[in-house]
Formats: sequence, structure tokens, C-alpha cells
Amino acid sequence: MKANGATKTTQTKVIKVDMIARVEGEGALYVKIKNRTVTDVEFRIFEPPRLFEALLRGRAYSEAPDITARICGICPVAYQMSAVHAIENAFGITVDNTIRNLRRLLYCGEWIESHVLHIYMLHAPDFLGYADAIQLAHDYPDIVNRGLALKKAGNDIVRVLGGREIHPINVRVGGFYHLPTKQDFGALLDKLKWARDAAIETARWTGSLPFPDADYDYEFVALHHPDEYPMIEGRLLSSKGLNIAVSEYDNYFAEEHLARSNALYSFLKGRGAYFVGPMARYNLNFEQLTPLAKETALSSGIGTTCTNPFKSIIVRAVETVYACDHAIQIIENYNPPENSPDVIHTRSGTGYGCTEAPRGILYHRYRLDDAGSILDAKIVPPTSQNQKVIEDDLRRVVETNLDLPDEQITMQCEQVIRNYDPCISCATHFLHLHVDRM
Amino acid sequence: MQQKSKPKLAVWKFASCDGCQLSLLDCEDELLAVTEEVEIAYFPEASRAVIKGPYDISLVEGSITTQHDAEKIHHVRHASRFLMTIGACATAGGIQALRNFKDVKQLVPMVYANPKYIETLNKSTPIADHVFVDFELRGCPINKAQLLEVISAYLHGRKPNTPRYSVCMECKRNGTPCLMVAHGTPCLGPVTQAGCGALCPLYERGCFGCYGPAETTNTRALSEQWKALGKTPQDLVRAFRTYNAYAEAFRKESDTHES
Repeated sequence: MKANGATKTTQTKVIKVDMIARVEGEGALYVKIKNRTVTDVEFRIFEPPRLFEALLRGRAYSEAPDITARICGICPVAYQMSAVHAIENAFGITVDNTIRNLRRLLYCGEWIESHVLHIYMLHAPDFLGYADAIQLAHDYPDIVNRGLALKKAGNDIVRVLGGREIHPINVRVGGFYHLPTKQDFGALLDKLKWARDAAIETARWTGSLPFPDADYDYEFVALHHPDEYPMIEGRLLSSKGLNIAVSEYDNYFAEEHLARSNALYSFLKGRGAYFVGPMARYNLNFEQLTPLAKETALSSGIGTTCTNPFKSIIVRAVETVYACDHAIQIIENYNPPENSPDVIHTRSGTGYGCTEAPRGILYHRYRLDDAGSILDAKIVPPTSQNQKVIEDDLRRVVETNLDLPDEQITMQCEQVIRNYDPCISCATHFLHLHVDRM
Repeated sequence: MQQKSKPKLAVWKFASCDGCQLSLLDCEDELLAVTEEVEIAYFPEASRAVIKGPYDISLVEGSITTQHDAEKIHHVRHASRFLMTIGACATAGGIQALRNFKDVKQLVPMVYANPKYIETLNKSTPIADHVFVDFELRGCPINKAQLLEVISAYLHGRKPNTPRYSVCMECKRNGTPCLMVAHGTPCLGPVTQAGCGALCPLYERGCFGCYGPAETTNTRALSEQWKALGKTPQDLVRAFRTYNAYAEAFRKESDTHES
């Protein structure tokens, strides 16, 4: 989008973008520069509020996975997974390993679909100087076609197991409505083997993109599980020493509501901004990747940790390799269980769930009554957790590029925002660019 | 050969989850072919390029929930030749229309610490309540094959083939045994518009009405059947009040069960 209303008086400058393109949802950016100092950076979410947490009150526990999926059309599986885990936590239900693996498989599908959408269609055009993937396709049809086919492989997993790509219908508390047969996965396996190779090529390609120097001292927060790369379960760890159970989330994290945004700003109590998403997962869980994903990362220009947010595109590609690799393992070892338990025993209590959405940790908390009706609900999406870090990054990028023309600063700011693959639909409870130079 | 200028397509968003517009990007096999036939002139989720209107086809996602959006939709209509709403939010108000049955002033403080910062209308309303709509495509989310069907019908000047009969017809075609008859599973299929391919019954789950009311519905008879299967009036209120709660047939039926 063009910078608009860049007004220059002697010493004041405003840069604003009224609608940031190639992000999911509606947000804006406002930057104010006074006497060569950045005085204000506001990453504003004007997506209208939909009041999900309030609308969940009085609904049945069984409706929560489908209702909360409607918070986001890009990552509905994440909402379904956090919801079922929180509710099962309240009811004291533990699912068996087969259900657990099918849930990870469904998540692999969403990670592939969402990461590849972001890599090829939303993020890569920035590095190569195109307005969008369709223009990119004119010059590089093979690359864009590879991206589309890879994205489709992820969607195929979600469709086979979930029923459809967007708002899948097969997830329920306790398991799935319909358990797939081994044959259902038949055609998928070959596609995923192709996809795994395409993901490796994608990682190498992203590693060849031009990256600005930008390594910052972030506090990364992600789930961690000793035996697996985190998706649906684990403890919450940070790169600066946090190590808590999911049920302790509210003791350590809080949200504030500022006038400028329909998203709530999350922060770590007494510490401030933190960073969630693929880079946080990668930095805290490198050892849990499959050998192929590790090898791909190290040969694509990143080390065992990555602190340059622009290189998140490489990390997404590495996670895509992992997701393809892991999905193949799950399918190859799948044997349908006899029957998943149909009867859910409800009980009153509070349940906590936190899973790794493509964009980072997604926290759900439900208080339920005896009959399983929702008394209250709390949902903290990844984008509202990253909002403070995004503003910090924006401040740094503007400060280092004060002498650039507005159009270029604007472009750089947009790119900073897209580094986070922000999902604004989720965060609303979340963006326009506006740089004000005074 | 001289190239004819391509029709311009715009994608607009109001209160929504982005899922329906994502359906266009989810047409992985067809997307580049679509861009051969239409020029994507305004689609902020996919491109920073903006081509000025007027637009030949506008896809409108989302419902109207703010004063700003209630004004913006008139500009969208003014800039559009063929305006098509996509999805349950744009055609029926969406899940966020659950507020229409409550007092929004009581809901906002449940989510936001400073309700005074929040500007929102009392009701979430479909696009057709505000401007003339040329075509409504149902579903939460829409079916991408139906989206391509409507776009290609427009390009060829024919009527789109998007039936308004019920999900039951699709179950019969799939050869799925009736879940209500065979298993006693409550199902909204008899009153819900086809289009999804009767997906839930294929996955051993009763339809939950995400495509909204079919053209002719007998919701009352279906409610009686649900009661015979042991469902309470509260269950019925909840069943009719989901993604298409504010669609007339579902709204009226839910009201009759509210004590």
C-alpha cells in the first residue's frame, strides 16, 4: 500500500499506512518522528470486535471447538486443538496415542498450508520486489506453482482428516467424529513424499533471499516437549528462563487494552514484550526436529538458533519440512483404533489448553459447570502476544532508516510486520501505516 | 490478436474470520487460471497493488458491525457492477450475530477492560440489510467449487448452478444412510441448504447448519423430531443459533423455543 498523508514540516514527520496488505485481517501502522527521534509507533488493529469470549458463555462444551474455529479461517485447526485440550483438561480426559497422533497430523496439515501461504504468497514478494504472488508468477511461474502445490498438500491432509480445508468438521472433545481408515490416507502418502522434497527446495530457496542485518535480543516463548517438536502439548518455556505449566499461564502473562487497538496487548508480567511463533519454537526446540529438518535448516543459512525476524521465512520452510516428514511418519504407522470413547463425562471445573498455532502459542481457558456449559472463556491468540514485539521492531527499523524517503520506510515497516505473519482476524480483540515526522 | 481487457475483481472484508476470501487462495489448481480471466484489482489480503474501481465483480466477506462499516458498504456497492456476498457472515450476520439476541453493552465488558474504547453496533447484520446484493453464496465457509462456479457463470453471462434444496438431497446422492433415522443422531440437514456435499453425515456427524436455511424449510417439524430424540428446548435454541443464527428461518425457530 502507498504511504499516505506523509506530511513534512520543518522537523516533524508522520508515516501512516491505512491498510497493511498481505496480512490476514485489517490493521494499520502509525509512526511519529520528532526531531529525528521516533516518538510514537502504533500498530493498530481495527478489525471489528466479534466478542467471541462473551458469546461462548452459555454454550455447550461440545460447541467450543467449532465456534472458536470461526475466530480464524487461516488457522481453524489451532482453535479446535486448543479448545479440545482445554476442555479435556477440565473433564480429566486423556486421549490415547492414536488420537494424539491424528491430532498432530491434522496440525501438520495446517502448518504446511498456513506456512506455505505465507512464504510464497505473503512474504516472498517483499524480498523480490513484487506486489504479490500473481505478479511473481509472471516471472517465476515454476516457483509459484511449486508453492501452490505444496500448500495444497497441507490442505489435502486437513481435508482428508478434517472433512474440509477451512473450518474442518471432524474434531470433537475426546477425539474425532469419524476415524479414518488406512485406505483414506492412501493417496496422501505419495503427495506428501513429493511435498517433503518441495519443502526442502523451498527452504534452500528462502535461504538464498537477500536479508537485512537485524539480530535482536528477544525473549522467545514456546511450548516444549522432551520427545517431540511442540504442537499440542508441553510446558511453556522462554529463552530467558521461564518454565511453567500451561495452567500457570495467567500467573505469568497478562493483557492490556489500549485505546488504539481492538486487540489486547499481551506481556510477561514484570518483563514486558515476548516473541511467539515459528522462530520461538525453533530456538527452543531445535533438538526435537527430525534429522532431515535439522539438516535442511543448517544447509539453508540458519544455525541452531535464529534471531533475525526477516529470516523467519527460512524457519517457516524448515517447519514445513518437519511437518511433511512427521506427517509421513504418522501415516505410515497408523492403525485405526477399535473405537474412540463416545461418552464424555462432564464435571465442573476450569480447563487450560495451549497449542502451537502456525503463528505461535494459542491459549484457551474455560470454566465449565457440571453439565458442561461454558461459564466463561478466555482466548489469547498469537498475534496479540506478538503485538508489542512488532512495535519494538518497527521503532528500530524506523530509527535506523530515518533518512530514507517515506515510501521506502513504509515498505520496510510493512515488511517488519509481515515477518510475523500477523493474523489480525484472530487478534481482534489487531493494522494502517502512518509515519509522522515533526 | 488484440487482447480484450479483463473484468476487474475486488475482494472486500467486513467482520469475519478471512476464511471465505482465503477460499480463493485455496483454489491452488485454478488460481493462476482465474487470473488469466479476471484482473485481481483489489485484494489486500493477497496484494499491495491497488487498481482503481469501478469493479466488475466484488466479493464481499463479513457482516456489518460498526458505523464505519455501515457507511463503507455503500461505497463498495457504488464501485461495483456485480456484488456477491460470500459466506455466512455476509449473508446472515455470522456467528457474531449471536449478539443480536443479547445486549451488546453487557457483552463488551466481558472481553475488553475498557469498553469505552470499543465502537460497535448493537447488531451484526448481513450485507443485504444495507445495500442491494446481486448474488449470495452461502456457507461457513463457502465451498470453493461453488465460488468458481459463480465467477465463471458471471463471466459467461449465465445463471450459476448453486441449488437451494436441502442437505438431505446430497446425502441421498452420496448414498449416506440417514443419521437421524438409522442412528438417532440429531441433524439439521433437512432444513439446511446444500452446497457442502453433505459433509458432516459422511463423517458420522449430524449437520449443524453452517450453510443456513434451505429455500423451503419445515423447521417446526424438525424440532419435534429432535425433541423425540430427547433434545431439550435449550438444545434447540443453541442448534438454530450458530453461524446463521440471524437468518430468518433459523431465527424464528430458535425464538419459539426460548422460554
